[in-house]
Amino acid sequence: MRRLAPRPALLAASTAAVAVALIPLAYLGVRTAEAGWDAVVAELWTDRVALLALRSLGLAAVVTTACVLLGVGTAFLVTRTDLPGRRAFAVLAALPLAVPTYIAAFAWVSALPRWEGFWPAALVLTLCSYPYVLLPVAAALRGADPAQEEVSRSLGRSGWQTFTAVTLRQIRPATAAGALLVALYVLSDFGAVSILRADTFTRAIFVAFDLGFDRTGALVLSSVLVVLTVVLLTGETATRRRGARYARLGGTRRPAPRLALGAARWPVIAVLAGVAALALGVPAVSLGRRLAAGVSRPGALPEVLTAAGNSLTVSLAGAALTMLLALPLGLLVARAPGPLTTALDRLAYLAHALPGVVIGLSLIFFGINVAYPLYQTRWLLALAYATLFLPLAVGAVAGAAAQSPAGLEEVARSLGRGPWTVLRTVTLPLTLPGIGAGAALVFLTGMKELPATLLLRPTGTDTLATELWTSTAVGAYAAAAPYAALLVLISAVPTWLLVARSGLLDRERNA
Amino acid sequence: MLLTRRTTGALLAASLLTVGLAACGSGEEDAAADSGQSTDKSITVYSGRNEQLVKPLLDKFTEQTGITVNARYANTAQLAAQLVEEGDRSPADVFFAQDAGALGTVAKQGMFTTLAEETTAKVPASYRAGNGQWVGVSARARVLAYNADLVKAEELPASVFDLTGPAWKGKIGVAPTNASFQAFVTAIRVQHDDAKAEQFLSGLKANDPQIRDGNGKILEDVGAGTIPAGLVNHYYLGEIAKEQGTTPDALKVKLHFFSGGDTGALVNVAGVGVLKRAAENADVQKFVDFLLGTEAQTFFAEQTYEYPVIDGVPSPAYVPALSELAVPQIDLNDLDTLDATVTMIKNSGLVP
Repeated sequence: MRRLAPRPALLAASTAAVAVALIPLAYLGVRTAEAGWDAVVAELWTDRVALLALRSLGLAAVVTTACVLLGVGTAFLVTRTDLPGRRAFAVLAALPLAVPTYIAAFAWVSALPRWEGFWPAALVLTLCSYPYVLLPVAAALRGADPAQEEVSRSLGRSGWQTFTAVTLRQIRPATAAGALLVALYVLSDFGAVSILRADTFTRAIFVAFDLGFDRTGALVLSSVLVVLTVVLLTGETATRRRGARYARLGGTRRPAPRLALGAARWPVIAVLAGVAALALGVPAVSLGRRLAAGVSRPGALPEVLTAAGNSLTVSLAGAALTMLLALPLGLLVARAPGPLTTALDRLAYLAHALPGVVIGLSLIFFGINVAYPLYQTRWLLALAYATLFLPLAVGAVAGAAAQSPAGLEEVARSLGRGPWTVLRTVTLPLTLPGIGAGAALVFLTGMKELPATLLLRPTGTDTLATELWTSTAVGAYAAAAPYAALLVLISAVPTWLLVARSGLLDRERNA
Repeated sequence: MLLTRRTTGALLAASLLTVGLAACGSGEEDAAADSGQSTDKSITVYSGRNEQLVKPLLDKFTEQTGITVNARYANTAQLAAQLVEEGDRSPADVFFAQDAGALGTVAKQGMFTTLAEETTAKVPASYRAGNGQWVGVSARARVLAYNADLVKAEELPASVFDLTGPAWKGKIGVAPTNASFQAFVTAIRVQHDDAKAEQFLSGLKANDPQIRDGNGKILEDVGAGTIPAGLVNHYYLGEIAKEQGTTPDALKVKLHFFSGGDTGALVNVAGVGVLKRAAENADVQKFVDFLLGTEAQTFFAEQTYEYPVIDGVPSPAYVPALSELAVPQIDLNDLDTLDATVTMIKNSGLVP
């Protein structure tokens, strides 16, 4: 692809977006400096911190590996084989994205009371996050050019050799991007590790807040998470450089031939159904049992609906703002690759592994000191979601823009259209599916977010997630169940859109 | 599919933008309404106490006085952090905290006004700040909750320090991140000394305790029989009974109150502090008076199962009266050396 020079306007807008994502880092810097170097060293230079960091990285490694295996495997089965009911399985496999980890973890604890620690947390996090790998990989498998595999076969390679040498390489960028999201998610997750008592860094940060209201200690610990994020980003960037582009070589899109599973389809169906039962069935059964066992009742219907409405509006506002910020950066990543673009893109990820409570406090700081009129309005909460979820949106926009040929824009330019007209009439329409997918993903993640929402929402505004938290904190599980159910149901809508977007629901046109 | 993917994406993006922007607009209006607090008779309360527990009480206050309460509910520790972060520009008028430690933290930042003498005088000196910067509104006693099927009454320990003995190995649930546990450890340091507290923590750790995030979870597990006994506050038993639609007496979980002024029988408070910006606000004064009035105190005893802190209101039904408890001789104002306690708890290995 021919490089276009970075357009100043895109570059300026991208820098602004990255600046938003860096607010938490500025805050960490200010507070850590206040604490003084000695206090920071005393807090960090301990066996405890080393152990926590190792454990967090270990959990991220285990969950990411499991998610890659499960995500890539499932994506292959539903896109490239003659698996019966593959579209139904595709939807079932993506739906866990709609289940917040705190609900899933709570369901598992209810089912198996003393089952806690590292491995249970790894299982629950894997079941909740493998769609982050499944969706991009499935889309990549659907979009990949079968011609390369055919050439490989014609050169005498076996099916397995072709799979490892050609197919896996074609999907490597998508796999790496999904794996990065999973790893960063595991570093920042609080729900599952807290409920299942896996002592990770994030849990230590929350504990520091509870333990003597130790703001400084918590924030100093958070700076280690930023360092861990840099390590992960460096690793992912390295795989990216080695992964060349595998664009379609012209011609119309056609599906790859499907592998016949034969007798193997029964064990395959059993495994996929088993995973779905663990990821979706356990929470459903557990919520149902809690609802039946308790006598507490949620507020009247209007209260539940108000919470649902608030969840919808803050998440939609967050998604809109995030997309607005992500669009220029995504276009830049796709159209003007280079060291500067890479640096901006990577910087946008830095806050992504920070726990929500740190994002919440940093935006309180920002709201109080810099943007006071926004303080405790929905705007500031939307800004928090943008800070947290910008990478999700940038990835979606960049992916869609990369799939649409830059040649179209060059032709438009050569025909005398101005850059803004080209952006409006060519680039944006081509990128719209990516914008939609990114918005759906941010909306979905915003619906589930709890710690930053608790700190930043306007006073008196309850969302489904905060109502759920309120009820479970006093053991009113029956009152909590309808909020949980509604949260999962609403989240299922954008999840379904994401499945549709990945092409998993398309009927084959010429297979 | 009827819609092409691109159309779906376009529709979604367009609807997001319109609804999202509309949502933001309404947020600003809300904020504008909130900021005019002095004219429209409303006060802003940061509540570290759970909405399920105290909202009915706040609604009663509004009903009686016409003063709207804008309540912000979150975890007490996180609200304390939020208040300190907000500093002078905090929109809060009142901090309603779950324990004296959080009130002390905010008070130390110089954010509270001194309460009127006639307000604080309603509450015994042991349940309020010596400098009048916060006042307790309800009291909670530390207890050992135990499962009657797993622990016989004659096996119950006389002192909380007995729990580090071999008889209790692997059998005790504790919530070391919980403020009530921290206050209790500070109380050991105040009543005895640091060495005694360190000894207790290391003994507890060596005894393989069951660590939980909060008292509610401990009580639930004691009820289910997965932990024989646990250190909690007394009122959780009432909450669990309420959720199960029964009375505390009908549950397998029983409460053991330590005797003879043992540190294990510490009584702590939930309370309020008034932010400086609301020092002259009569509506806020009415709110504090309401919390210390007979009706609110009765609500605490009957609905949240806590001890009232003013004279003449009976204790909750299922526990001995506050006056019958053999509480240790400790001034809650002496529990403000939280830092040392936190360091001790961290070093003990009971928390990550």
